[in-house]
Amino acid sequence: MINASLKQLSAQLAGKRISSVELTQMYLDRIAALNPELNAYITLNPDMSLAQARTADEQIAQGRAQALTGIPVAQKDIFCAKGWRTTCCSKMLANFISPYDAHVIEQFNRAGAVNLGKTNMDEFAMGSSNETSYFGVVKNPWNRNAVPGGSSGGSAAAVAARLCAAATGTDTGGSIRQPAALCGISGLKPTYGVCSRYGMIAFASSLDQAGPMARSAEDLALLLNTMAGFDERDSTSLQRENEDYARDLAKPLNGLRIGLPKEFFAEGLSSDVAQAVDAAIAEYKKLGAKVVDISLPNSRLSIPVYYVLAPAEASSNLSRFDGVRYGYRAPDYADLTAMYEKSRAQGFGAEVKRRIMIGTYVLSHGYYDAYYLKAQKIRRLIAQDFAEAFRQCDVIMGPTSPTTAFNLGEKGDDPVQMYLSDIYTIAINLAGLPGMSIPAGFGAANNGHPGMPVGLQIIGNYFDEARMLNVAHQYQLVTDWHQKMPAEVNSER
Amino acid sequence: MPLTIDDVKKVAMLARLSLSEQEAQAAHTQLTNIFGLIAEMQAVDTAGIEPMSHAQDVTQRLREDRVTEGNQRELFQSIAPQVEAGLYLVPQVIE
Repeated sequence: MINASLKQLSAQLAGKRISSVELTQMYLDRIAALNPELNAYITLNPDMSLAQARTADEQIAQGRAQALTGIPVAQKDIFCAKGWRTTCCSKMLANFISPYDAHVIEQFNRAGAVNLGKTNMDEFAMGSSNETSYFGVVKNPWNRNAVPGGSSGGSAAAVAARLCAAATGTDTGGSIRQPAALCGISGLKPTYGVCSRYGMIAFASSLDQAGPMARSAEDLALLLNTMAGFDERDSTSLQRENEDYARDLAKPLNGLRIGLPKEFFAEGLSSDVAQAVDAAIAEYKKLGAKVVDISLPNSRLSIPVYYVLAPAEASSNLSRFDGVRYGYRAPDYADLTAMYEKSRAQGFGAEVKRRIMIGTYVLSHGYYDAYYLKAQKIRRLIAQDFAEAFRQCDVIMGPTSPTTAFNLGEKGDDPVQMYLSDIYTIAINLAGLPGMSIPAGFGAANNGHPGMPVGLQIIGNYFDEARMLNVAHQYQLVTDWHQKMPAEVNSER
Repeated sequence: MPLTIDDVKKVAMLARLSLSEQEAQAAHTQLTNIFGLIAEMQAVDTAGIEPMSHAQDVTQRLREDRVTEGNQRELFQSIAPQVEAGLYLVPQVIE
């Protein structure tokens, strides 16, 4: 059951072999057993989840089930869900009960899915290890001393530990793909504009995208079918014909041209990750693909560009948190300015404050041209590199992360060290392209501990998610990395 | 131009973040390192390049100037730190 695909679960629900209530309860029991240590979930509402499950069972009984009806899905705590505490894992929103649903949540509700609970994340999505959460770190189910990645660390850990059938995440600089890689699961960030950002608490508006996280590309396709779609309340939501993202899964890969950017296989890449990724590429050649050497010369600037643009947008987005209408308000203050300054200083964690300050600085008078505008221009150069590359190949591949999961606390007090772990994922957000990560093996054993998961990143051209999912699925038909489960969470049901 | 402690304090003030002297010092060190990372950008020639803020060539979508939202003040204020008579309470702003 815990390893069943979404299609198989749906069939079991339809065939009355299990009810949604039983399935939901099973996951709630597993969460009770494993979550205290992993800390993947920070909010559960069993009554609300089971009520949704009962409604789903009715729909199934009446023959009105859709692909995700009755399926328990974990929601990253960045999506506003009506009646649910929605915190972005910040003290600033620790008491915020959302009065409305995000569009993505509405989509899942309409599909009859069950909201299983809210998952842990880096505070306001700022982080690559889930260590900045106000509600404590998340442990990687493969090694309890290691990070799950971030910012969607809770969702990644929940999927890996089989604490949900699937989960949602968001990705601004790699926050779906990198934790997916570090936790040995599959995750996809769609083309910018495909999923609505209404109700998805904003970090960097021109970069943020919601996406699915699950155990296979096949599952991701079903989830994306539910999550994607135009929403007039999000001014950046794109109006396009509805797509079935699962439509091309079965296509053979003969003649597929895979671009390998030389910059993604250069210094900084850990040799065990390189080995696993090389083996994955070899598998793809066996499937009929051919490899093309490409270059993304401006990709080395992704990190500086991102750490100007994202903090700039964050400083603007987070200015709404002022203690007036919702969220944390400081207990003591002499006047209005003090109320703002103390509420924000006390409500936000250190990394969030750092980024707000960077953002404020690069947007301020006298610095805007040198920093923000400059970064926006380089952003165009980065996007142009990809456009040029896609003339020579169909998809681009490489490692998702330069290393496997590092240990909790290892990156220490130096934010820059943490920022460098986003080296392969960030450019994709800057260009607005779709990207995904799938499991591709394990790295080298370390200090007596077995090797940790390695992720293969697949980057597509704009709106090419169906092809990417096909490319991922065909690999998952001939390999079983995506079926592996961390030893301590194995309990067959 | 290197970042000074005064820059840090000014930025904190603009961002409405209170900072103790110690915190300002720590922030100064960390922000200086981060700006070191960002400095790489300056060497790149971007003459004639248009800034990019959006991947697709789209413009702001407009809609009819028609009221579409209902009044949910009670619901929205139920989660506010301090309200009274439908108003959000804050320290006195105007003398």
